[in-house]
Amino acid sequence: MSQPTELPRWMDLVLLPAVNLGMALAVSAIVLLIVGHDPGQVLGLLVKGAFGSKAGLSYTLYYATTFVFTGLAVAVAFHGGLFNIGGEGQAMMGGLGATLAALAFAPHLPAVLTLPLMIVAAMAFGLAWAAVPAALQAWRGSHVVITTIMFNFLAAALLGYLLVGPLKEPGNMAPESRAFGDSARMPGWHELMAWLGVDWPKTPLNLSLLLALAAAVGVALALFRSQPGYALRAVGFSPEAARYAGIAPRTQIMRSMMLSGALAGLVAINELAGVQGRLLAEFVAGAGFAGIAVSLIGRNHPLGIVLASLLFGALYQGGAELAFEIQGFSREMVFTLQGLIVLFAGAMSQVAAPALARLHRTLRRPREAAHG
Amino acid sequence: MRGCRGRGDVVDEVTVATVLASTLRVSTPLILCALAGTLSERSGVIDLGLEGKMLMCAFAAAAMGVAAGSLVLALAAAIAVGVALSMLHGYACVSHRGDQVVLGMAITMTAAGLTVVLGIAWFKQGGQTPPLPDAVRLGPLLPGVADAVKGWPLVGPLLGLGLLSHDGFVYLALAAVAVVWWLLYRTRFGLRLRAAGENPAMIDAAGVSVKGMRYAALALNGVLSALAGSYLVLALTPSFIPNMTAGRGYMALAAMIFGKWHPLGALAACLLFGFLEAVAIRLQGVALPAALGGGQVPVQAIQALPYLMTVVLLAGFIGRAAAPKALGTPYIKER
Amino acid sequence: MTPDPAQVAVSLRGINKRFGAVQANRAVDLTVPKGTIHGIVGENGAGKSTLMSILYGFYQADSGSISIDGHPVQIRGSHDAIACGVGMVHQHFMLVDNLSALDNVMLGAEPHWQLDTARRLVRRKLEPLMAESGLKVNLDARVDELPVGERQRLEILKTLYRGAHILILDEPTAVLTPAETEALFHTLRGLRARGTTVLLITHKLKEIMALCDHVTVMRGGAVVLDTPIADTSIDGLAEAMVGRHVNLGRRDAAARRPGPALLEAKGLSLRDELGVARLDGVSLRLNAGEIVGVAGVSGNGQSELLDLLSGLRAPDSGTLAIGTHTFDARHWLDPALARELRIAHVPEDRHQRGLVLPFAAWESAVLGYQQRPRYSHHGWMQQRTMRGDCSAMMERYDVRPRNPALRSSRFSGGNQQKLVLAREAMPEPRILLVGQPTRGVDIGAIEFIHGRLRALRDGGGAVLLVSSELDEILALSDRVIVMNAGRISGELPIEQCTETAVGRLMAGAAVH
Repeated sequence: MSQPTELPRWMDLVLLPAVNLGMALAVSAIVLLIVGHDPGQVLGLLVKGAFGSKAGLSYTLYYATTFVFTGLAVAVAFHGGLFNIGGEGQAMMGGLGATLAALAFAPHLPAVLTLPLMIVAAMAFGLAWAAVPAALQAWRGSHVVITTIMFNFLAAALLGYLLVGPLKEPGNMAPESRAFGDSARMPGWHELMAWLGVDWPKTPLNLSLLLALAAAVGVALALFRSQPGYALRAVGFSPEAARYAGIAPRTQIMRSMMLSGALAGLVAINELAGVQGRLLAEFVAGAGFAGIAVSLIGRNHPLGIVLASLLFGALYQGGAELAFEIQGFSREMVFTLQGLIVLFAGAMSQVAAPALARLHRTLRRPREAAHG
Repeated sequence: MRGCRGRGDVVDEVTVATVLASTLRVSTPLILCALAGTLSERSGVIDLGLEGKMLMCAFAAAAMGVAAGSLVLALAAAIAVGVALSMLHGYACVSHRGDQVVLGMAITMTAAGLTVVLGIAWFKQGGQTPPLPDAVRLGPLLPGVADAVKGWPLVGPLLGLGLLSHDGFVYLALAAVAVVWWLLYRTRFGLRLRAAGENPAMIDAAGVSVKGMRYAALALNGVLSALAGSYLVLALTPSFIPNMTAGRGYMALAAMIFGKWHPLGALAACLLFGFLEAVAIRLQGVALPAALGGGQVPVQAIQALPYLMTVVLLAGFIGRAAAPKALGTPYIKER
Repeated sequence: MTPDPAQVAVSLRGINKRFGAVQANRAVDLTVPKGTIHGIVGENGAGKSTLMSILYGFYQADSGSISIDGHPVQIRGSHDAIACGVGMVHQHFMLVDNLSALDNVMLGAEPHWQLDTARRLVRRKLEPLMAESGLKVNLDARVDELPVGERQRLEILKTLYRGAHILILDEPTAVLTPAETEALFHTLRGLRARGTTVLLITHKLKEIMALCDHVTVMRGGAVVLDTPIADTSIDGLAEAMVGRHVNLGRRDAAARRPGPALLEAKGLSLRDELGVARLDGVSLRLNAGEIVGVAGVSGNGQSELLDLLSGLRAPDSGTLAIGTHTFDARHWLDPALARELRIAHVPEDRHQRGLVLPFAAWESAVLGYQQRPRYSHHGWMQQRTMRGDCSAMMERYDVRPRNPALRSSRFSGGNQQKLVLAREAMPEPRILLVGQPTRGVDIGAIEFIHGRLRALRDGGGAVLLVSSELDEILALSDRVIVMNAGRISGELPIEQCTETAVGRLMAGAAVH
């Protein structure tokens, strides 16, 4: 990845993403105007749909949970110096792993054992699917961007085959697996709230949210407080310095990609154990790519990713509401905004960053003159 | 006298001809897209936005085709959109040091959303456009010749059906291969373009503008992507359908890599991938020999082959795929 | 005797060029008659490369004038230089490896838009040119198939094709074998006979004496000697190049006696990807309580020597003995093991290697030591200890600002260097390898750093000091090793280091 311009910490972490987000929103507003909607109205209804009710908020958080997993996946790889576009495929394989664990253990074990086994299986399968491109990069020099894209397609093909063949539910026309047993279901948020005596509507939001937050905290600790995290970041910033420090770049490439794949695999817990209760071919539905946008606007930092996931969750939920409320509004507007965010926060940030740096310098000069 | 057609006999001249015809039709957008990618990457700019460009251009061609009822205008619209996206690519990545991989992803993601948003707003059919009028769509270029040849003994069906019954774009794509090859290897422009992707510092010192070469490559890339996208609505499906590119852009990328960034190699790879796709449907339901475990041929295995082969190539197990040396590195004049 | 202006190929008058605080060229005058081979000699930083870059249009002089073939000219860029008939062959070739030699010659100056036609036209022009100048190049071979010497001839051919009659060659023999060097000299003499003027930038005095008609010696940005070859000698050139040094023959050195051998390297040899020998049978010994200085113009194998001894690279052949451990080319050291053996390394390139620039200072302060139990308990970084140690390092070595949380890239070059040195020297290593310790460091800090190096030596450690600043080597070393062309051309105890002796060794000539 190209080297960024030097900006003071606060500008880099707060102002720049805000500016990039602002530009993406501005272009989206123009698109809305072109198709005849009122951006202000859209924004208002979006916020209301996302946060204005317990149900809306729940959906927002449910979407955000998936994005936290894929966003963290992209961020971890990025800190190791690699661009992991394979989150989509790794999540799919995580689904396969969780499904196999569910079908094998749910009939025989209680939830308190089945669910952790599913989590481990989901992570293991996602990890394995990322490990192959990682190994090819580390040992054969194959560009990880291309191989992960190819692996996305391979995962889709594999899942497609399994779901019309070996894993298909007999008698069901749709490409779906058999339903999981009860102990393979992640308790819903409304169940937790009911247990606490709070009234909460039934929504897809489930306890995977807690898993996502734990993952975010875990990744933050691992990256910034642990010695393996130090090694990983060193390789990501400067392979030369890492070698000088006795760190083998190859090992770090493997580690960062495998952790990345494992995180992406956890999407299956939210979507399959938490909501669907069976494996569907399309359950990832672009979350891997949304994770790229989340990580970019979240500056590849776990805290930023949690906030960005919340933003995207709100966009997805608000977008769904808007499709009901406003005639002719399509949910794809959210995907458009997503792409624009990747554009401005990713590719075009090299346009904004120098401009901000210049602004910072001109603002600093009068202050320096005042101090003599 | 036609060959004996016994029961269970899958292959005869008509089938071969049909498969050949399918292959060429399916390969056409791949070829155009792979050529676009080859030009861009040979000059040093990674292009992961082929999928998005193709999609947006397909939409532009469909929308204009429906609105204006003219093939020429539809193509013009597609080309305008394609070149505009490539220029955006140039602005972010060549003039400014934006990340080329991220930009490609951004274009693809935005295109997926924007085409549907505009489609719903303008045509109110859930993101689809209405079917294009027949006058706008492409028909066989040489129907008379094809019919005449079809009746010939032995090679009749093969030539008539397989080769001569196509619309103009199929021949255009094949011609484009020749043109791009000639441009890259027989002209001064092509020599400088290739050098820009290998050692930009060298041609900069020799007085050639690296930026200029890359922008020129991107402009051509825009035109070719536009033609690829237009073909989808002008020949394959009569309307624009959301996400109709279905991964073709990435397959073209794989073909470009498999063809080692050479136009003729890309052609061969595209034909191979197109053949696999044409054959995949036909093999569905066909029994596998007992030696391979019986059961049915999984169509997904054939669909996955192009991607698998590309990975194997990239891993260096079947020859080396050497990308242009300066690919992906923004060129900054150092003094 | 004033030369006839029309007979002067190149005339530079009063060239001044400043880069920030450094005066790279100081009122330089240079007169080069037509049809001669003129050598420009000096150490690193003497100003010769800057001067030639001005002639070729890469930079513009702050003041001064340039005349070519008797006419004053304005050279604003390399196109102007080429138009005046000046051609340059760089040290790092500007060639596209997967194109043919012929394509490389014409790239950028193709005579026709159709390549086949262009190639025919170019070949028609090149064949007589090659015959006349004696430059044999296989035009149809791909550049990556050509040996180094032929690639260099190709570079010369490129300039001749563009009509150059004044040729600048920058350190041309750095990558050549002795046989190829002879071939190059033969070519250059042939070109001279044709009337081409050759300017040769080099630090190799033997070659100057063998090839040139006239030589200009530069030091500190100014011309210190300008003379026909016939009127000088290697000694004379060496003295001029190296200049007067103050700290010679330190009396304190006599009292010191080195301790036991800590490190013994034998026969280290290393070739690079082009097959050029970077190190050729280098053997050396480091004793306790001793500073060994490695002198020599950079690029003669010093960097590779540091890479080998620190474990960053393995040699093609050779052995290394450290204490009870022995290593050979098959089983060499790696950086982690080196540190375990208490070998510390201050790398020449502090930006790429010594620090991770985006890391905070306290993170860079443990680079290389991050796995030590002190800093890592069961995988958890002991941040408080790391920050504390960083503060201690900053205090001891006067690194400013005293802020361990500040990003490493925000420190000035000198402070970065002090931090790296603190990290490596404070744990009292047994052996300290240090490359260019005071590059870009201010005067006050230089003295401080020198003091720390001496203290380490006094404590019984061994220091291997690589520096392109001869002053520094002579001020600190107990023993001086001079490297030239990948070999150790000589070794002298500090009392015997006169300018001539060291200069001659640097030039590759033997000391008698």
